[in-house]
Amino acid sequence: MKRLHLERLANPQLLALVAVLLINWLLFPNFFRITWQDGRLFGSVIDVLNRGAPVAILAIGMTAVIATKGVDLSVGAIMAVCGAVAATMVVAGYPTPVAVIAALAVGLACGLWNGFLVAVLDIQPIVATLVLMVAGRGIAQLITEGYIVTFNDPALIFIGTGSFLGFPMAAVIALVLMLLVTLLVRRTAIGLFIQAIGVNRAAASLAGIHSRMLLVLVYALSGFCAAIAGIIVAADIRGADANNSGLWLELDAILAVVIGGTSLLGGKFSIPLAVVGALIIQAMNTGILVSGFPPEFNLIVKAGMIILILMLQSPLVGTVMGFFKRDTRQAAPK
Amino acid sequence: MADGDYVLEARGVLKIFGNHIALDNVDFGLRSGEVHALLGENGAGKSTLIKILTGAYQPDGGSVHVDGIEVSLDNPLHAQTFGIGTVYQEVNLLPNRSVAENLFLGHQPRRFGFVDFRRMEADARILLAHYDLHIDPSSELGTHSVAVQQIVAIARAVQLSGKVLILDEPTASLDRNEVERLFDVVRGLKAGGLAIIFITHFLDQVFAIADRVTVLRNGRLIETRPLDALSRTDVVRLMLGKDIAFSGATDVEPSETPDEVLLDFKGYGRKRSVLPFDLTIHKGEVIGVAGLLGSGRTEVARIMFGADPADQGEVTVNGKPTSLRSTSDAIRHGFGFCPEDRKAEGILGDLSVRENIVIALQGKLGWFKALNRDEQLEIAGRFGEAMDIRAASLDMPVKLLSGGNQQKVILSRWLATDPAFLILDEPTRGIDVGAHAEIVRTINRLREDGMAMLVISSELDEVVAYSSRIVVMRDREMVAELRGRNINPGVIVQAIANNTDEAVA
Repeated sequence: MKRLHLERLANPQLLALVAVLLINWLLFPNFFRITWQDGRLFGSVIDVLNRGAPVAILAIGMTAVIATKGVDLSVGAIMAVCGAVAATMVVAGYPTPVAVIAALAVGLACGLWNGFLVAVLDIQPIVATLVLMVAGRGIAQLITEGYIVTFNDPALIFIGTGSFLGFPMAAVIALVLMLLVTLLVRRTAIGLFIQAIGVNRAAASLAGIHSRMLLVLVYALSGFCAAIAGIIVAADIRGADANNSGLWLELDAILAVVIGGTSLLGGKFSIPLAVVGALIIQAMNTGILVSGFPPEFNLIVKAGMIILILMLQSPLVGTVMGFFKRDTRQAAPK
Repeated sequence: MADGDYVLEARGVLKIFGNHIALDNVDFGLRSGEVHALLGENGAGKSTLIKILTGAYQPDGGSVHVDGIEVSLDNPLHAQTFGIGTVYQEVNLLPNRSVAENLFLGHQPRRFGFVDFRRMEADARILLAHYDLHIDPSSELGTHSVAVQQIVAIARAVQLSGKVLILDEPTASLDRNEVERLFDVVRGLKAGGLAIIFITHFLDQVFAIADRVTVLRNGRLIETRPLDALSRTDVVRLMLGKDIAFSGATDVEPSETPDEVLLDFKGYGRKRSVLPFDLTIHKGEVIGVAGLLGSGRTEVARIMFGADPADQGEVTVNGKPTSLRSTSDAIRHGFGFCPEDRKAEGILGDLSVRENIVIALQGKLGWFKALNRDEQLEIAGRFGEAMDIRAASLDMPVKLLSGGNQQKVILSRWLATDPAFLILDEPTRGIDVGAHAEIVRTINRLREDGMAMLVISSELDEVVAYSSRIVVMRDREMVAELRGRNINPGVIVQAIANNTDEAVA
């Protein structure tokens, strides 16, 4: 039984994460050094957890969307909108909880809109979510009236920069959200239904699954996750930047999901592995930064690593690995 | 038999996959000017043999000969140069390109280095005329019926190869008239001296067109014989290695006192789909639905199941007025539906056999009453065994199973929901003889257990054998209801063809 668990941990995603961390360590020997200061942990690894949290949170919702054979391009823009809502509301004097709940509600509403376009109007997901991807930043600018809205509300700032048991708040939020959503889909039949819709929506509907309602909810979840990420990013910089908050993060989130082994063709999915995917991406970003390479290398190294990770997941490599595995197994009984 | 007169021959062919012997010392000879049927249950080795004859696989032993000379076929393109062409069940042409382009793709007539469209279309017109096909060569292929696309595929294959034509289940998605049309083409090619290998699950078609038959079973050659020396039962016996009995006439005794009414449809219909119909269904009754393809058979099923909800008329379930607005409404009232297009609407290909079996039951239970893995395995195992589903594991993707086993999975999916009324749309299409007999047996068993069923099928013999009553569809209208002991395929054909409604008493 124990061996089985070990084997399950030896998946390409975790191996890749370990490999990236080890490379970082080789390039920057202090990479694994963690210190305790002012009641919280400091260090590059902690930084990976902290900085990786927004994409990890986006990836949680994105995994569910992609598993239904969809995609949500609007999450970056929703982050900007929700950050703007939270920031302008605390500046206007609303209590922090009200501002946060309003921002979350706006994210949920954006997701419901996407879900309506995809599930009810049957618009292709990539086009349907493109609408809000483009319009979202405009809406965010309207809310902030074109300025970067800065704030000093300590409770809101805590969400982005605070700590819990020494760990960064953002990482704790991401972890809790991951556990909650994973339990929600795995302990109920929702996960199975999401896969069924992703594999064959027509057949799933004929088998009696409310595919329309489930699709709307999946996009709503994605919008909700984007709202959380947007609040964290705004709180982190103590301001809402309609132009740059969450810019291109939808692509990082999709990449994290794909690295996590969920196919863009829908079907089988894993939320924890998508979160690991987000950590891999952030570990590479942080590694390049701390090892002193010029940031121009960042994108190229990232592309190289991604190719490597995707190759590890390709069926061809799987066949070759399976071949070697079989050899060792046959040799074992002797 | 003299060796010299074979155009294409396989001698002692052996093919091994891992530790499974797919073909064991198989001999196969094809003469020019004959239609040679290749028969066998799924997994008997038909497609492996075909792939070796077309160069898609290399044999692990034995040899392939063309005109008596040993050849080594590297790939299907290489086989084409020896005159061997293949047409598959699912047309693999480009539906979004023109008919002419599909005919000449890869070797278009050129002029100054550019494709000469005018000549290509002229050539296409001449070529198609040979097949008595008068369509516009510049029209998009996808706009034509599957039958026409098949003929285009044949024309392309014959024109490219010209000596041997392999037809791999070309008729699986054609209706009766289209099959006839395709057979006319095949007969013409045969008269022209082409050697044709014909693979199908329909025995009627084998007897209608083939000259000789080769039967494979479990990778071994059982028999190659001229067909006129064989009866239908002989062929089935060769394929299965055992006797199975197909009863010809109805053996369902119409009960004098029908059981209680389960469903009562009154003026039920849907605009632009099916004209309003009345139908009363009792418990323990199988209603057969006959009619040509496109007569509204499938539409009736979808309306009843709420997949395309009715917009007129009413229905009562167990005497209570009910509305069936969606599939989940129907399922809640104990309905189940095995759709006609298994691949597009039935199976969830990438999901496991287990998940495919429990999905409808789980859908009925809802989101929050999840069956855990053990419960799923228990349910899938129970129905898998009852239906004799042959899968290496319940956790393997269902798309890896044969058509017959996939159909049993979908049947199991509905049986797991303990339905009161099951709609089966072409439950035996495209599956092998063994699975076919089992599904027919299951229908009979379920009826005896008191389940009501509506079964749509093009196989009239089959419909007659298990139906208590038969309704006939024509032009989206329910035109006749046949009941009694005297139903036979002839009567049904008459009802389908007739313009005057008449109930046969």
